[in-house]
Amino acid sequence: MLVIKNIDVYYGKINAVKRASLHVRAGEIVALIGGNGAGKTTILNTISGLIRAASGSIRYDGQEVARLSPDLIVKMGISHVPEGRLVFKPMSVEDNLLLGSFSRFSFGKRKEIEGDRERIYEIFPILQERRRQAAGTLSGGEQQMLAIGRALMAKPKLLLLDEPSMGLAPFIIKEIFKHIVDLRNRYGLTVLLVEQNARNALRIADSGYVLETGRVVLQGPADDLLANKDVQRAYLGRDLDAEMAV
Amino acid sequence: MYWRPEKETMERGELEQLQLERLQATISRVYRNVPFYRKKFDEADVDPDGFRLLSELRKLPFTTKEDLRSSYPYGMFATPLREVVRLHASAGTTGTPTVVGYTKNDIKIWSHMVARILTAGGITHDDVIQIAFGYGLFTGGFGIHYGAELIGASVIPISSGDTARQVKIMQDFKTTALICTPSYALMLADAIDEMAINVNSLSLRCGFFGGKPWSEMMRQELQDRLKIIAIDNYGLSEVNGPGVAGECIERNGMHINEDHFLVEVVNPHTMEPVAPGEAGELVLTTLTKEAFPLIRFRTRDLTRLITEPCPCGRTFVKMSRVMGRTDDMLVIQGENVFPCHIGTVLADIRGAESCYQIIVNRTGALDDLTVAVEVAEAIISDERKQQELISLIKNGITAAVGISVTVKLLEKGSLGQTEGKAKTVLDLRKC
Repeated sequence: MLVIKNIDVYYGKINAVKRASLHVRAGEIVALIGGNGAGKTTILNTISGLIRAASGSIRYDGQEVARLSPDLIVKMGISHVPEGRLVFKPMSVEDNLLLGSFSRFSFGKRKEIEGDRERIYEIFPILQERRRQAAGTLSGGEQQMLAIGRALMAKPKLLLLDEPSMGLAPFIIKEIFKHIVDLRNRYGLTVLLVEQNARNALRIADSGYVLETGRVVLQGPADDLLANKDVQRAYLGRDLDAEMAV
Repeated sequence: MYWRPEKETMERGELEQLQLERLQATISRVYRNVPFYRKKFDEADVDPDGFRLLSELRKLPFTTKEDLRSSYPYGMFATPLREVVRLHASAGTTGTPTVVGYTKNDIKIWSHMVARILTAGGITHDDVIQIAFGYGLFTGGFGIHYGAELIGASVIPISSGDTARQVKIMQDFKTTALICTPSYALMLADAIDEMAINVNSLSLRCGFFGGKPWSEMMRQELQDRLKIIAIDNYGLSEVNGPGVAGECIERNGMHINEDHFLVEVVNPHTMEPVAPGEAGELVLTTLTKEAFPLIRFRTRDLTRLITEPCPCGRTFVKMSRVMGRTDDMLVIQGENVFPCHIGTVLADIRGAESCYQIIVNRTGALDDLTVAVEVAEAIISDERKQQELISLIKNGITAAVGISVTVKLLEKGSLGQTEGKAKTVLDLRKC
């Protein structure tokens, strides 16, 4: 579904992402893990068109999208749930959700869109409970669900999720990740998931990419990455034993 | 029958994307973790952040067996020894052995690769597999073992040796699949005959033979004598062990596990890639090895790639049977000629004995090649049979190697090769 080849992304002179290549197959959950500043968010922002890659290709369903504007990319079926959730705090939950459908809105489609919103309430019942509340009054986990719901209102085929576990309690993280798997299993959504919490991400992912200083250094089935000692040592919080000199 | 159809029938575009990703990750890792490669890349002025195309692999230097020997034992490992769960070594017949290491993931991937090639040859969990490959530091025994066990077949880890016992186990344990070198398989066939056992009373169904080059004629013989289908497979311990490539039941070339290896065939003198389908040296780059990744490893094995689609549906490219070593390449009239390639041709011609000699000469500016082959008495004494055989050999060699040769037939024993006296190749141009 998504094939990225050799993208280079710069912030001014800083080469944040170096000839990165990755792919996401339809119906898969792919994890992009790595430490702070590795370039994960940069890659997601590049896919959704918020930043432009200096070179390389991004093909979505066979079409080159690297030079398209973000709204076109949303219309094509890619929705981005940003880092930090970024819900519209003063607006109500239901308005936040409505806004998510902006790219496909027309007055003729109102009934359909309201139907979609009802479906989001089915997936996240707490949002229905709080639908008239200002989004800023929701807890962290609820805001995350709202952010995901808002992205789903654009009826995407590919969901880009940036650090959904950030700042959330472990119990809530578990719930959020269950929802992600559910979205894939029941609604056929394809997910590209960026996480610093590598263990959670790899546990639900089919395959993964490990980024370090802008480069992909490891790629493979999620289980293999979980078992890889480098990954364990760097990202899964294992004890750093003294390395045997080789 | 596929082990993992989604991998084995992957569309080429998807495969190439996967290979590019894995190559880029491997190069980044190798540059960072293996001082040997960091030095080599720096010396060759290669930027590890380059490589936007698979073809750019050619910018990288080759890795040779000598490199491995001089880093004995752990000089080229890419992970700390603590993460290496298995160590294997090559026999080291000519000097220092080479050591290979495997992490847990490496073992898992290796087992799956072997499971793939066994399945391609028809093995299922209902089979009883007799592994007559040496277990030990040699990768053959354990390599096949883990793959066979993964499939769920009943594995007999009998290892090599004690032919009489091998046959007895084959009978008593009802072995359906035999795995060993082709020459050992012949020895077992001989033993079965000597012990006056009826081959039809055995449960043998198929044989996987590898480790040494063997001819189509030898395959026929093994198939006829042991009443099996005989399948070729290829591997080398430096790169993995068994599981690099294997034939499907079409038995027309061995599918290479291209999602784990990048394949090149190069001219061993110029080191440039050969034309598609042309014979040359097989060069392998590992894409998923963690403990012991290799970039452009020169296998010294002569083969050619078969790119025609295979009826089995697998999209991985095939390599022909290994025709020998590339060490002795000759250049005749600007053409590359491998003596062992000629040997392969002779091996499949009835009447040509296994002792032959290639004599290269030059008259003026022209090179010429004479192939002297020992033949049986019955042919020497019959003028017509001689002419027929000479014709057959001439045509066979020209078709395979592309140049025309003079063929001479000699009496058996006249070359004196069994006493180790005569060389296979006499290059008189040097004198």
